[in-house]
Amino acid sequence: MHPAFSVIFFTVTSGAGLGLFALLYLVDVFKLGGGVSPDQVLSIGILSLIMVAAGLMSSVFHLANPVNAWRAFSRYRTSWLSREGVFAMAFYPFAMLYIGFTAWDASYFDTSRKLAGAVGLLLAWITIFSTGMIYGCLKTIRQWNTPLVPLNYLLLGHMSGAMILLAMTAGSEGMNNALRGIVLMLLVVAAAMKGVYYYWIGYPRAMGSTINTATGFTRAKVKILDQGHTHGTFLTQEFGYQVSRQLTWLLKAVVFAAAFVLPILLLAGVLGGASAGGAVALVLFGLVVERWLFFAEARHVINLFHGAQRC
Amino acid sequence: MRLGLVIDLDVCVGCHACAVSCKQWNASGTTGALTDYDPYGAEPSGVWFNRIRHFEVGTYPESKTINFPMSCMHCEDADCVTVCPTGASYKRAEDGIVLVDQRKCMGCNYCSWACPYGARELDRESGTMKKCTLCVDRIYDQEIPVEERQPACVLTCPAHARMFGDFDDQQSAVSRAVRERGGYQLLPELGYNPTNHYLPVRKHKPIETEGLGKPGFKERLKGLANRVVKI
Repeated sequence: MHPAFSVIFFTVTSGAGLGLFALLYLVDVFKLGGGVSPDQVLSIGILSLIMVAAGLMSSVFHLANPVNAWRAFSRYRTSWLSREGVFAMAFYPFAMLYIGFTAWDASYFDTSRKLAGAVGLLLAWITIFSTGMIYGCLKTIRQWNTPLVPLNYLLLGHMSGAMILLAMTAGSEGMNNALRGIVLMLLVVAAAMKGVYYYWIGYPRAMGSTINTATGFTRAKVKILDQGHTHGTFLTQEFGYQVSRQLTWLLKAVVFAAAFVLPILLLAGVLGGASAGGAVALVLFGLVVERWLFFAEARHVINLFHGAQRC
Repeated sequence: MRLGLVIDLDVCVGCHACAVSCKQWNASGTTGALTDYDPYGAEPSGVWFNRIRHFEVGTYPESKTINFPMSCMHCEDADCVTVCPTGASYKRAEDGIVLVDQRKCMGCNYCSWACPYGARELDRESGTMKKCTLCVDRIYDQEIPVEERQPACVLTCPAHARMFGDFDDQQSAVSRAVRERGGYQLLPELGYNPTNHYLPVRKHKPIETEGLGKPGFKERLKGLANRVVKI
């Protein structure tokens, strides 16, 4: 698949924003490490909303005919893309209510505040899941059609969100200790699941589609003689993108180093003079590379009709 | 009614006439124009509803060239329709034709990702997704003669490798051809249940070229006559 930058930015940013909100609410409600102050909820909450909004705006740039973008909210009954938009929009009022009540600091509304936040948390989780399912539901792309995809989106969103929360609350000692454990745990689990994903897509499954099932000639070797077009087509531009095996190995090493290993070492204090801000930058860079690979490695079955033996 | 095509791979000669005729008709059809990019330049490209690929099946000398026309399969379980967030993609209940409402499409490409047959192509000019309409603006046209109420690709095929009809009707020409010739669907394992079917190559007896024996009296006489004519 052609890796479009607008979609890479969208999934990384809105995932991190939603993960940030989820962690913020959980830390606030369960008073982890002494909890966060109303001022912190206000600033961090607004940051998370801005990140989600920036991601959604960026996804609009991916459209060839954005005039009709508003219609994308209409087919939530069948389309994960539509659901993603609907849940993201539904997330906003509850998140804003929660942030508003917290900043107002009215103890009279504490139950409403927590309830609004809980609904926002649930919608944040469902939105990240929907983003993953946009890709996970496609039967045409073997590398995406696995439950590991929405799982990865959920873990990476929470991991990057937790990392940002840690950086934003770096001032308080108690908070730091409590959050650091959570971030380390998320880093390890997300890295493990990403490893499982890379193993899973590494080898074609025995039951996968081949050039034989694509053409119906299943008892002989089939090879392409002519693709039938003079120059590239929409299909070759959108689905023909190929990345060399050596480069994918190199980039996977970059992903594991930048998004998981170096931040773990930084947080564990192994590298000394650790700044949470540096770890955030590393994680976000690693996730952009990870998302680029996610698209570049996906092989659509249309490539079988252009001569690929299997996808 | 379930309208679709049957394509006879034994007969198709790979002339691309169906694709050209399709382009000619649909450029001014309901989803036209079909934009061309750099048509007379070094890198010509553009929107087509119908594309023909050429494969070699088997290894030499037991090999055969297969010409492979592909357009929208008008699937029974069309994921391109269910994934569409705007409702621009739809499948008609009355005849099963899958269409894109050009006024609603936002050009997100998602339906083309969901289609395993490469039937959908984005028109960069209009910013909307375009695809085979099964010549919906032609097959119901009461103004043209009955025998011309067929998709342009079917009408134009010089080898009669394409058939159009109703797959729900067990006695229609397409249903009978699929039944009698072992017609099959492409990528059946993905579960899209495409309406279009492909007819496999017939079993031919190879034509003998060697060990044919000495020519008889008739052949010798013919040879003599040929030589006389050449003088």
